[in-house]
Amino acid sequence: MKFTLSWLKDYLDTEASLDDIVQGLIGIGLEVEDVSNRAKALAAFTIGHVLEAGKHPNADKLHLCKVETRDGLKQVVCGAPNARAGIRAVIALPGVTIPATGAVFAPATIRGQESQAMLCSERELMISDEHNGIIEVEGDWPVGTPAATALGLDDPMIYIKVTPNRPDALGLYGIARDLAAKGLGKLKPLALTRVPGSFDSPIKVALEFGGDSKPCPLFVGRYIRGVKNGPSPAWLQRRLKAIGLRPISALVDITNYVTFAFARPLHVFDADKVKGAIRARSARDGETIEALDNKTYTLSPGMTVIADDNGPEAIGGIIGGVPSSCTEATTNVFLESAWFDPLITAATGRRLGIQSDARYRFERGVDPAFTENGAEIATRMIIDLCGGEASKLVIAGAVPDTARSYTLRDTRVKTLGGVDVALSEQKRILEALGFAVTEQAGNLVCAVPSWRPDVKGEADLVEEVCRIVGLENVPFAAMDRPHDVARPVLTPLQRRMLATRRVLAGRGFNEAVTWAFLSEADARRFGGGQPELKLANPISSELTDMRPSLLPNLIAATARNQARGFADFALSEVGHAYAGDRPHDETLRACGLRQGRAVPRQWQGGARPVDAFDAKADMLAALEAAGANVATLQVVAGAPSWFHPGRSGTIQMGPQNKLGFFGEIHPKILADMDVKGPVVGFELILNAIPATKAKSATRAALVISDLLSLSRDFAFVSDKPVEAAALVKAAKGVDKLLIADAQVFDVFQLGDGRQSLALEVTLQPKDKTLTDQEIEVISSKIVQAVAKATGATLRA
Amino acid sequence: MSLAQLEQSILAEVAKASDEAALEAVRVAALGKKGSISERMKTLGAMSPEERKEQGAALNLLKDRVAEALAARKGLLAEEALNARLAAERIDVTLPARAELKGTVHPVSQVWEEVVQIFGDLGFAVAEGPHIEDDFHNFDALNIPPEHPARQEHDTFFFNEKQDGSRMLLRTHTSPVQIRTMLAEKPPIRIIAPGRTFRCDSDMTHTPMFNQVEGLVIDEKTHLGNLKWVLHEFCKAFFEVDDVKMRFRASHFPFTEPSMEVDINCSWEGGQVKIGQGDSWLEILGSGMVHPNVIRAGGHDPDKVQGFAFGMGLDRICMLKYGIPDLRAFFEADLRWLRHYGFRAVNVPTLAGGLS
Repeated sequence: MKFTLSWLKDYLDTEASLDDIVQGLIGIGLEVEDVSNRAKALAAFTIGHVLEAGKHPNADKLHLCKVETRDGLKQVVCGAPNARAGIRAVIALPGVTIPATGAVFAPATIRGQESQAMLCSERELMISDEHNGIIEVEGDWPVGTPAATALGLDDPMIYIKVTPNRPDALGLYGIARDLAAKGLGKLKPLALTRVPGSFDSPIKVALEFGGDSKPCPLFVGRYIRGVKNGPSPAWLQRRLKAIGLRPISALVDITNYVTFAFARPLHVFDADKVKGAIRARSARDGETIEALDNKTYTLSPGMTVIADDNGPEAIGGIIGGVPSSCTEATTNVFLESAWFDPLITAATGRRLGIQSDARYRFERGVDPAFTENGAEIATRMIIDLCGGEASKLVIAGAVPDTARSYTLRDTRVKTLGGVDVALSEQKRILEALGFAVTEQAGNLVCAVPSWRPDVKGEADLVEEVCRIVGLENVPFAAMDRPHDVARPVLTPLQRRMLATRRVLAGRGFNEAVTWAFLSEADARRFGGGQPELKLANPISSELTDMRPSLLPNLIAATARNQARGFADFALSEVGHAYAGDRPHDETLRACGLRQGRAVPRQWQGGARPVDAFDAKADMLAALEAAGANVATLQVVAGAPSWFHPGRSGTIQMGPQNKLGFFGEIHPKILADMDVKGPVVGFELILNAIPATKAKSATRAALVISDLLSLSRDFAFVSDKPVEAAALVKAAKGVDKLLIADAQVFDVFQLGDGRQSLALEVTLQPKDKTLTDQEIEVISSKIVQAVAKATGATLRA
Repeated sequence: MSLAQLEQSILAEVAKASDEAALEAVRVAALGKKGSISERMKTLGAMSPEERKEQGAALNLLKDRVAEALAARKGLLAEEALNARLAAERIDVTLPARAELKGTVHPVSQVWEEVVQIFGDLGFAVAEGPHIEDDFHNFDALNIPPEHPARQEHDTFFFNEKQDGSRMLLRTHTSPVQIRTMLAEKPPIRIIAPGRTFRCDSDMTHTPMFNQVEGLVIDEKTHLGNLKWVLHEFCKAFFEVDDVKMRFRASHFPFTEPSMEVDINCSWEGGQVKIGQGDSWLEILGSGMVHPNVIRAGGHDPDKVQGFAFGMGLDRICMLKYGIPDLRAFFEADLRWLRHYGFRAVNVPTLAGGLS
């Protein structure tokens, strides 16, 4: 909503400065987006009088002018074709900054002639794009007059962002009312002089909605004959131009003027082009209308049209039609002031894709009680500016009833708004805003004005009082602390999230945050692509599906970074993936990817590419950080299809509870996604980690043995590969008390599929040193157990 | 040879020995079974008791002095040998150390923890909700009925319609968590809800996914003055400034009444924003007292309980605090950006240790 200060002052009697008004608007919730004050921007420019304009002696296309300025007579070299003696022009004197270029004007010699000042074009002053000549100022302005004054641009323009609950502020009168309530002036009473009708309108009006006139409950029309349409007067054009509207003709400009002055959209029909009665009705399927935006729209039932015997002439509350529109030749006009349902207007406007000043207001809610006033104000302006004679009003329907009252308890502003405001002041504010207030038992009973559809309860009344009092006047009030020393607030899952994120960063991962969506192709590659996870309105074809896993976007990010020339890096993400569209289908996951070399090229040598065991180590570290009891988990071969089938694994509590996957990413996936391999990674489902039981902070007592532990190495040979885990499990199972650990430290392929696995077993004596014989006994038990479990035998 | 001469001769040999083997030879020649001192010892038996006593003591002293000299020489030789070895073992310490990747935590993750630290101290728990939401939680319960203009302005991502005509959507704000929390819990409620949100919008300053943090308090007495206080304390703590000027402007949101938008003062120098100084205003959040309809939708009686809610952009306050210019870069996973703006793993924000 744009308006100028002088226009506002038509309705607000105020001495307040521009700045006070701007600050007032901001405080009461009419957010100021922009203030353009041309008087300030053009302050350095003044009017000069061109006394002579002769030919430049040394250039055909240049004039040599003598200009009377604020600082005396100046010689000016000017190339504008319209530079001529007698005109008044805008002059830039030395030292002035030209807005369009930012350059400071300095006297110069042009083709041997000194130019001591500059005659400006509109474009140079950034008033418009006009640059075909210099500005010729209309009027007999004395030399030295500020240019903004002479050009009628000294009226500051204010652009406010009106929230959707305030349709009343989409008109200047409503803004003036708010400012008056704030104490920034007095609201002038509405100057409403009704125009008596001298004849009955030859055009009749009907509401034809089959009984339920909700779409358009009220239509006020008036026939005005014998008007003379043409350009509207300069003052009206200037106001419209100042807020960015293009003057069209007096009749149209008047409707726009009333729209912005009173938030009351109107329409004018050329009465001679209207056939039969005017009827507000629902559109018929397939009806078309050529609208004033020069587009043809096909309508459907449910949309409200204003029609005559020729069909739709306007889309109710949105836009008029070309066939019945007013032109310079219009002599008889039919004025429409109607009330259209906000929801229907919004739905129609949206379906047809039409934005208009009328739609903007009707869909937010035009004051229904002002319908007739709008017609009267416009009639008065038409008669004043275009002449003619008005008919009596034709009225169909009635003003929809919006009467309602709410009680504002005397303490409620304090208990909800947190500010003490005397009841008398609360009453004053509400009355200034148009509420009819009566005191009952110390409370205020407030009848809501017809222009405030947003007020629907006591809380709204509190808001009205608070915003006018000013939220800056609500004192800060400390909240009480539930506990003197704050208690922990994070859930176990949140703690897991933080821990895994940081442990991965500690292991060299750069944490990324990637989109929660991806392309359908990527979704399918990683087990996604379900119909319920497809966006109906994606922002691009690359972001159509919700991600089934964190891997694909992180792999894509890996590819992008490789393309930038990075090698040997690690990317992680902790975020959500989606298996379906129900809340429990969303899981929090931690994911890490390494590619290139685990040990990069170095002067000591030892470079090696990343492999699945790097990913396994990362995953175990993340699990450990997340609080999982890693010793109780199993790693089994195999992982989802996007992993290398032979070089990937699953970590699980049991077959039914998989916590995550790790390994090499499938080479085909890498090729499809344009990534250089090898790439290894893991993905953990943090939700799947079993909750650790709440225990006390006290640790179990430390039991340590003073006896030295000892270790024995075994090499087992098997005819076919044996899983290391099976071997370790068998060895450890021999004596859970005595055997503290068993680790595979060497794996060797002997050929023909035969394999040698070397195991270091650590024995921890508890109460006495082991004898050689005891060690011999446990060793042979280990050999037997391994042989029984895996078939592997001790290497000879 | 007198004992004095013998001593002189042996000590000279000790001093001459240039390595351990030579020194051992000297030791054997003096103290070995047939060494010069040992031989003299053997002669003691033939002496008279007086002579033996005198000679014996002298020989023992000589033996001690020689042993001492041998040990000293041995120590010296060992030290020389070590020095010689160390001298040969020089490395070029300017060669690079073994390479390790330096990991980082994403700025949004860091700010998540900072915000939680501050609100956690004020007794706010951290609530979460699904990203894939329904109309009820994202709109209806928040007092945004189907035809409300605000519903159109939300640029909602929708999923395809189901057979029953319903359709899911991506939450456009973290406010649905207000509803889920109210439906699940009894007042007093104090939560923040940080998380991802989605809007069908992408340009210089908008991304289709971004992060918000919601705040909700529901109890019997919390009012607008408490909301102002919490926001003021939060801004001071978060931006780590002694004071920040705040501007509280009346505004409108369907889910709050009264509603207010909040600006903080800042300065712009060389394209960098500094919070808490200067005369410019920067909008950072929307807030207000929870609308009675929202309290009702959350299963509570607005005549009995009340409270406030606020929502702000987590990415946005992160950009402001750390001078990060471009929102879009947050989600591009560009290593140059991650390494420049990211945080070290050990840099855990705490109230005691500092938030940045």
